[in-house]
Amino acid sequence: MTTTAKTRPGRSGGTESLPRGGRGDGSPRTGGHRGVAPRGKALLLVVPMLASLLAVSLYPVLRTIWLAFRNTSLEIQGDQFTGLANARHLAHDTIFAKAWRQTIEFTAVTTLAETLLGLAIALALARTFRGRGFVRAAVLVPWAIPTVVTSRMFSWLFDQNGLVNYVLVKLHLVSHAVNFLGSTSLALPTLMLADIWKTTPFMALLLLAGLQTISPTLAEAARIDGASAWRYFWRVRLPLLMPSLLVAALLRALDAFRVFDLPYVVTGGGPASSTETMSTYTYKTMFSGLELGYGSAMATAMFITEAIIAGVFALFIVRRLRQEG
Amino acid sequence: MNGGVRRLSFLIMIVAIVVWSLFPFLWQVITSFEPDADLAGSAPKWLPFPGGTLQHYRNVFVAKDFGPYIVNSVIVDVTATVVALVFAALAAYSIARLSLPGKGAVLGLVLVVSMFPQISIVTPLYQIMQRLHLLDTYQGLSGVYIGLTLPLMVYILWGHFRAIPVEIDEAAKIDGAGPLRSLWSVIIPVALPGVVPAVLLGFIASWNELMLALSFTTSPAHQTVPVGIANFTGLYNIPWGDMAAASVVVTVPLVVLVLIFQRRIVEGVTAGAVKA
Repeated sequence: MTTTAKTRPGRSGGTESLPRGGRGDGSPRTGGHRGVAPRGKALLLVVPMLASLLAVSLYPVLRTIWLAFRNTSLEIQGDQFTGLANARHLAHDTIFAKAWRQTIEFTAVTTLAETLLGLAIALALARTFRGRGFVRAAVLVPWAIPTVVTSRMFSWLFDQNGLVNYVLVKLHLVSHAVNFLGSTSLALPTLMLADIWKTTPFMALLLLAGLQTISPTLAEAARIDGASAWRYFWRVRLPLLMPSLLVAALLRALDAFRVFDLPYVVTGGGPASSTETMSTYTYKTMFSGLELGYGSAMATAMFITEAIIAGVFALFIVRRLRQEG
Repeated sequence: MNGGVRRLSFLIMIVAIVVWSLFPFLWQVITSFEPDADLAGSAPKWLPFPGGTLQHYRNVFVAKDFGPYIVNSVIVDVTATVVALVFAALAAYSIARLSLPGKGAVLGLVLVVSMFPQISIVTPLYQIMQRLHLLDTYQGLSGVYIGLTLPLMVYILWGHFRAIPVEIDEAAKIDGAGPLRSLWSVIIPVALPGVVPAVLLGFIASWNELMLALSFTTSPAHQTVPVGIANFTGLYNIPWGDMAAASVVVTVPLVVLVLIFQRRIVEGVTAGAVKA
């Protein structure tokens, strides 16, 4: 789930330890140089990668879109072109509508919370203090833990006999144990919390790296001009951080939108579909309902929504970059 | 605000960050040592010892037979990571160093592919694997993970390769080295700080993947750790202690890797994102 989203579009390798050559951090074109090898050899070297991507990603995605217009099913052995029948069916599928809404909700809440909390943590870690290396390592732990494990962890913490309920009751915040994961109103927020726990620290490290590219002489200049720390943050740091903030938020949003592991393991989409997401519902349609065509229509709808999210962010990012000139 | 108060509030914030990050997993570790009677009790015990037990670990490996999942994961993920590393190194070298036509398009394709939701590739892959008799095999799942981890690895390696001064491979070329040779004996050793995060991130991504493993493996003979944990259930009640023990077993290696390579991982993941 979190796999592919970690890919970053990039300019520099972030390699302080490497010697930087004259053309080292230029554009891709200046990085290479003509004449070392003929084009044929260069092409040959990318063939294994292109073949893998074609087989495992590109062809399957195109085929999914193709299947979206068919009634392919493993149950009735049907496989015919049915035009927009799947799309019409989708429009009247109330669970799908619910899953779509909940996924958007999940994406919006977690991305916003992770970005804001991550920014706060990044600002704290940007200072130099003893034990900073340890804190940075600690912050990576939730990110490295498999999501299925996170799911089991949160199921246990928020169980009726779990630690959270014990503390809440002890503090007299509730009179008796709350059934977080069995409640249609609390289950989704609990999953959101688990996601925020897992991803915020990582977001913080991304933003920290962004903060560290801001030249210390700017802070010096701001201090000499008598700017308060608050003003320095709003006028200097935040605007400079904005592009990396937006990119990080975009990658987070795309990842949050495909959320699968958490609801699948913790609640199975329940109770009463209250934690059903696009991915879990589509998965069930394909692998339990065996309706490959209809499931593909859902996957395509999801794909389109992801493209829209990416498009909106890209628009913001381009506008920001333009403003900077 | 005076300096003392400010320093104290900063300290509190740092402690809060560490506790927030580590406590839930620590709780899992504590749970894994507690006897079932204590877990069902009304008050949680904060320390597992004295009175702790290794019963849950025994259950995981003996009664639940969890070992094979770990073996399967290691086989599938190591194979995928090694092959993906080779493919990614070749491609990144070609993009960063050679006169590859359409570099921009190749990089763009890699980026776009990395954004596809897994659910949008799962059905066709299932059909392909069915036709090729690759369902419920190591090769099938490894092959899928190669494609899945490639984009990330290509980006990390590309970022590091192009940061190496061109003079270095010019020198290699004068010494008569072809592109493959200079990649192997010049570029890779110099770019090792980039190879480490590429390998780690690729491996962690495969180790943690659930949806595709769930779809393409059907028997415990080939299922991986995430599937094992996801399918972990008890006969009569939820075996929290056993589950915690299994979680600890599959997570500790990752946590150790992360603690050792913390700096490299952060560099690897932030490569480029910062200045994008």
